[in-house]
Amino acid sequence: MEVNMGNVLGLVFANMHDMTLGDLTKNRTMGSVLFGGRYRLIDFPVSNMVNSGISEVGVITKSNYQSLLDHLGSAREWDLARKKGGLYILPPFGNVESTLYRGRIEALYGAMSFIKNSRAKYVVLSDCDVVTNIDYKPIVQQHIDSGADITAVVHTGVYTSDEVKTSTVFNVREDKTVSSVLIMPDISGTCTISLNMFVMSMDFMLDMINDAMARGNVSFEKNILQAKCSELNIMTYEYDNYFSKLNSVQSYFKANQMLIDPENAKKVFVDKRSIYTKVSDNAPAKYDLNCKVKSSLIADGCIIEGEVENSVLFRGVKVGKGAKIKNCILMQGTTVGANAELNYLITDKNVTISENHALSSSPSYPMYVGKGASV
Amino acid sequence: MFNKKECVAMLLAGGQGSRLYALTQSVAKPAVPFGAKYRIIDFPLSNCVNSGIDTVGVLTQYQPFVLNEYIGNGQPWDLDRIHGGVHVLPPYQTASGADWYSGTANAIYQNISFVDRYDPEYVVILSGDHIYKMDYNKMLNYHKAKKADATIAVLDVPKEEASRFGIMITDEEDNIIDFEEKPKNPRSTLASMGIYIFTWKKLREYLIANENDKEASKDFGKNIIPDMREAGEKLVAYRFDGYWKDVGTIDSLWEANMDLINPNIPIDLYDPAWKIYSRNPVLPPQCIGPDAEIQNSMVTEGCVINGSVEFSMISEGVTVEKGAVIYDSILMPGAVIKAGAKVEYAIVGENTVIGENAQIGARPETIEDKDSWGVAVVGHNITVSDGGTVAPKAIIYENI
Repeated sequence: MEVNMGNVLGLVFANMHDMTLGDLTKNRTMGSVLFGGRYRLIDFPVSNMVNSGISEVGVITKSNYQSLLDHLGSAREWDLARKKGGLYILPPFGNVESTLYRGRIEALYGAMSFIKNSRAKYVVLSDCDVVTNIDYKPIVQQHIDSGADITAVVHTGVYTSDEVKTSTVFNVREDKTVSSVLIMPDISGTCTISLNMFVMSMDFMLDMINDAMARGNVSFEKNILQAKCSELNIMTYEYDNYFSKLNSVQSYFKANQMLIDPENAKKVFVDKRSIYTKVSDNAPAKYDLNCKVKSSLIADGCIIEGEVENSVLFRGVKVGKGAKIKNCILMQGTTVGANAELNYLITDKNVTISENHALSSSPSYPMYVGKGASV
Repeated sequence: MFNKKECVAMLLAGGQGSRLYALTQSVAKPAVPFGAKYRIIDFPLSNCVNSGIDTVGVLTQYQPFVLNEYIGNGQPWDLDRIHGGVHVLPPYQTASGADWYSGTANAIYQNISFVDRYDPEYVVILSGDHIYKMDYNKMLNYHKAKKADATIAVLDVPKEEASRFGIMITDEEDNIIDFEEKPKNPRSTLASMGIYIFTWKKLREYLIANENDKEASKDFGKNIIPDMREAGEKLVAYRFDGYWKDVGTIDSLWEANMDLINPNIPIDLYDPAWKIYSRNPVLPPQCIGPDAEIQNSMVTEGCVINGSVEFSMISEGVTVEKGAVIYDSILMPGAVIKAGAKVEYAIVGENTVIGENAQIGARPETIEDKDSWGVAVVGHNITVSDGGTVAPKAIIYENI
């Protein structure tokens, strides 16, 4: 039976893994972290859902979600301003003692009234920590065909202990079923890590939430995937297209840098499977007399009078005369004064770097300058 | 009943733009790409919304599909309103018959009932082929203060250029006492910008009278304004001193594009208080490759640039391969310039592919016969084969 994606509800967790990106998520959710010159991380799961034919999406938030509300607005840009379905933002909901959830189960429980209202038969769950262009249709198809209780999207590869330390790791049998689950283990080498995207049937998910809440279990990874591994039929879906998993400031830096190569960018920004984002009506980027720009990703609204190399410039960045920018990620509205020199730097929104200033750090630990700061 | 609006804008967008040749074969002039990420009509539409005018009728007739789709529900310009907003108004059939718009005045005449629904005091008449930023509200206040029946926006042009325009002759209080269309010996240097504000009640009378006159050519400049003057209505000139350019010809379209990257020309697209809005394509940021050299240019989203770009406007989704040279040129959306090709003083249409090592246009200093030099134009959806050449001033409609 071919799957009808109109029967699928998408649920995006905007706050999961907030801790891993340090200062970047100090005042915002993981989902509203700026990425790739003009996007926020939530654009990827939401666009992927829309491009897969899902027309009803709930975004579950926990804290610091003002920027997310502003970004998503009526969700028109994702074509989710619908009468039937569309996008719903689900802030914490519940009684006084449990307004902030502690785990995925509790988060889902807080969104129960929304979930129960949906007529969908299947649910796709995704976090905002993986940047990719993924089609959920074959995954839902595999889920239905295999009769699994839970289908987890995974990738098998060689990982360092830093990368594994923040991940859920599956031991997978030859028939793609999961034999055991490790949560944030201290291992390295070849392993199968979770991309934090799951498919379940609506009925299974509702039972699972109710059962877990009755037992006081709040963690999906620990209390369901790990504890019930032998009891449930958990299947994996091996995903081998291009993706970046963000689990540290360094990996965030690297994932941005990777997109400078048009070959990588083409794999994320696929023709006819666009990644949508909020429109901000900037004028085109302006390259001034005597500017030098190479190997960079530049967004609209930038005015460049200096040199830029191997960098990602978000919308409305200004680079003054004689300034030298190398290996940097400059977010929206950053202003770099004349003759400033920057190397391995991440600036948050609306940072000002004054004239003749030199800031440099190393590739292993790029320096971060907080939102609105003046240096 | 609709809510009353003080002022409604009517935007004349039906012109064929025949002097833009290959660029307007399949699209109306107002929908021609401009300034890397805009279309010409973005300027008057953005001016309207920035001036607080939220009801705009766009009169279309020639090749309307691209324009209609582009305007859509008006959302990019914040003109998707419950009352008002932007409305595309093509000619339509009535009980008494059906007619194409036979002139600018006739187009408005045929839509009197559209304007009447908003019961406005004033109507501003705009063209879809001018590039400028202007606060129509200031002009409206002037119209009110002068207690005028019609106000015509004018630009003080250099004397030697005056003979290219419709010239307004005024008294010391800027009342229009006479006018001349493209005079050989201009008596004034105040050129009409094609922007009019009328008191709607008056205009309505003159539109009906003009329509009943079978001899009339149903044109604002030729009939309505002269009729009003003869009848002794109060016509005033409103002086505008910002940047304004008619982009009705290949040369002026090319020049107006180049003006955007000229620091001495006062049109600022980066002013957050007066943004020019456009329908944004959903495309990633521009990828600038390791071999790219870009100077004095504007580039927008979805471009992949790995060649040399100077003094040029590069629209969305354009590819410039390694070794290609773009100089003093305009590349419209989706154009592909293959490796080693040279595009100099040229306009390349939408989705046109320029083959490897092709030569499009030339720099004026390389041409001996100055009269044979001009901006080369390659139309939309055309393929120029590898090594092909397009001479300066040539206009290409088909694959070569």
